[in-house]
Amino acid sequence: MMRRLYPHPYLSLLLVMVWLLLVNRLALGSLVMAAFLATVIPLLTSAYWPARPRLQSPMRLVAYVALVVWDIILANIQVAVIVLFKPADQIRSAWITVPLDLTSPEAITLLAGTITMTPGTITADFSADGQALLIHALHAPDPDAVRDDIKARYEDRLKRIFI
Amino acid sequence: MIWDLLIAALLVISGLFGLIGAFGLLKLRAPMQRLHAPTKATTVGVGAALLASAGTAVLVGDAPWQEAMVAVFLFLTAPLTALYLAKAHLHGTVDRKGLPPTGTGSDWAGFTPPPQE
Repeated sequence: MMRRLYPHPYLSLLLVMVWLLLVNRLALGSLVMAAFLATVIPLLTSAYWPARPRLQSPMRLVAYVALVVWDIILANIQVAVIVLFKPADQIRSAWITVPLDLTSPEAITLLAGTITMTPGTITADFSADGQALLIHALHAPDPDAVRDDIKARYEDRLKRIFI
Repeated sequence: MIWDLLIAALLVISGLFGLIGAFGLLKLRAPMQRLHAPTKATTVGVGAALLASAGTAVLVGDAPWQEAMVAVFLFLTAPLTALYLAKAHLHGTVDRKGLPPTGTGSDWAGFTPPPQE
């Protein structure tokens, strides 16, 4: 019964928290609204998200987020240097295929988002069978190195976080 | 005093990265390259502005929860915006021959007809 009413309990908890933080004050009215949203949104979206993601080690996820935030700052400086100082005709952009070992949809989404946020790469498409990502690199003289770096730095960590 | 200086520095960094993003949009030539400059530069640009705002909130005795929420939503939505723009671009103007093979059994999702009912 509870399982049917709350198909994603963590999502419901998260929605309550986010709503209370958004209104930024603790009142009965906001709590009622938060409970309403936390019930209705998971129910309405559960058809598109049938299985619960399973985490192997949540602490590693925190470490992963810290790593990605650090990489985002570095990425910004790298891209800023390319934009400011590299002549436009010397920028070697490339399409790169990244074959995936991950199978969990949540893990693949997280990897695709990470790629977009970090060093000069953007996720552009996904193979129809879900086994490869198409990414675009702003400046990649050696596309294979970019692919190996993504697999070693991000995918490997995600493999250990998600089952 | 030191906090004021720090907040001011964050605001300058924020403006600088916003400017670089706009400049990149102007300078880069191919549409896919242009997607890189604004998506990235704005992350640190907006991030620094948020840190400055959070710092000010703490100084006057408020909790910076709303800044934290803006940061969370920024991280959730920025990759999606970039992905949608890239997909729209692929769909409208890029020839399939210009893309690498998937290396798997099927083609890129954007070039595959939707499954029949």
